[in-house]
Amino acid sequence: MSDPIPYRPLTPGSQPPLDSPAYGSTHKRHPKQPLLRIPQTLTETSAPRFSPERYPVQADMSQVNGRSALGERIIVAGRITDEDGRPQRGVMVEVWQANASGRYHHPRDQHDAPLDPNFEGRARIFTDEDGKYSFVSIKPGAYPWRNHWNAWRPIHIHFGLHGAGFAQRMITQMYFPGDPLLELDPIFQSTPDKAARERLISKFDLEITRPEWALGYRFDIVLRGREATPFENA
Amino acid sequence: MTPATASQTAGPYWHMIDFPEWADLLRPGSGNEAVAGERITLVGRITDGDGAAVSDALVEIWQAGPDGNYEGAFHGFGRCATNAEGAFRFTTLKPGPVPGRGNAMQAPHIQIAIFARGLMQHVVTRAYFEGEALNATDPVLNLLEDPARRATLVAKSQDDGTWRLDIRLQGNGETVFLEI
Repeated sequence: MSDPIPYRPLTPGSQPPLDSPAYGSTHKRHPKQPLLRIPQTLTETSAPRFSPERYPVQADMSQVNGRSALGERIIVAGRITDEDGRPQRGVMVEVWQANASGRYHHPRDQHDAPLDPNFEGRARIFTDEDGKYSFVSIKPGAYPWRNHWNAWRPIHIHFGLHGAGFAQRMITQMYFPGDPLLELDPIFQSTPDKAARERLISKFDLEITRPEWALGYRFDIVLRGREATPFENA
Repeated sequence: MTPATASQTAGPYWHMIDFPEWADLLRPGSGNEAVAGERITLVGRITDGDGAAVSDALVEIWQAGPDGNYEGAFHGFGRCATNAEGAFRFTTLKPGPVPGRGNAMQAPHIQIAIFARGLMQHVVTRAYFEGEALNATDPVLNLLEDPARRATLVAKSQDDGTWRLDIRLQGNGETVFLEI
């Protein structure tokens, strides 16, 4: 049996370091020993096969049982490709976010902002044959956190991605254009490469916007690509 | 080439995508009910550099079936939230040996990914099984010369099919995390 084709190492600067001093919670949680580089095997190049049959799609966060959530309705859409631009089909995308007031539907979130009974703030979708996905939501609100004095998270939506290899598994956050908090946010700022950082900011898109209904934002995502095959090297 | 999108922390409120039943890979409706194998429980506790419980982690596992196959009948994915003590618990079937690179054979193992507040990228490690003959020739375990470092990847048998692997994110006895 031939060896699986490994995923390429992550590009230096494109990822935030585990030790990101401006983000206080990293202090006691980042490993101090260097990571052990291992040869990729089937364990890393295979991944769970998720299907909508067992993991049902939920693509509309803007309502609960037909009752509309408060806030500005939005459509988020984009394309998931690998580093070589190849569409990634059947990627399970998990999404979660705060409500329009900046509060999560979560017992530990004690921010003094109202909960919305018609907003749960989670979704699950799959990419199509062209790597495209979309969902409907409410524009989330900013919220305070205790990282430093007067700290506020820029508005964001959490994305969890399940690709074709466990080495592609990742969680990220999508931000919104023009948010003045981005400049001040140690989580957003922790990615060293400016272009990599800016790709976390969605773009307002009139093509995605639906007349009389909701503004559209585009957020494209890139998952790790594979090394060239031995054949391509030959 | 466009480098992969930057990872960002899962934060403290990821539980909106927690489905506690996912920690039981043998649950009714899992598709795994009819797969034959040795039923095991994998437990552990995650602690930080102060030895404090990491009580808000998202722990995921990915493993082969008892036949050593990732794409066979067994769906080897699980997710568990750590509790107030930092503990996680999965119910699953013990995986079989899995082919490595070249002609190598890997000892049975469960891949573990940990996401949490304070982790800008997830960290990945493995749970091997103490006493497994193939551990002696496993290509990953054999990258580690220091027996103490190596031991951080080896779950210990408790009783009645429970295997324990505690995970230390930082400091004394720090777990070996993998760059994959």
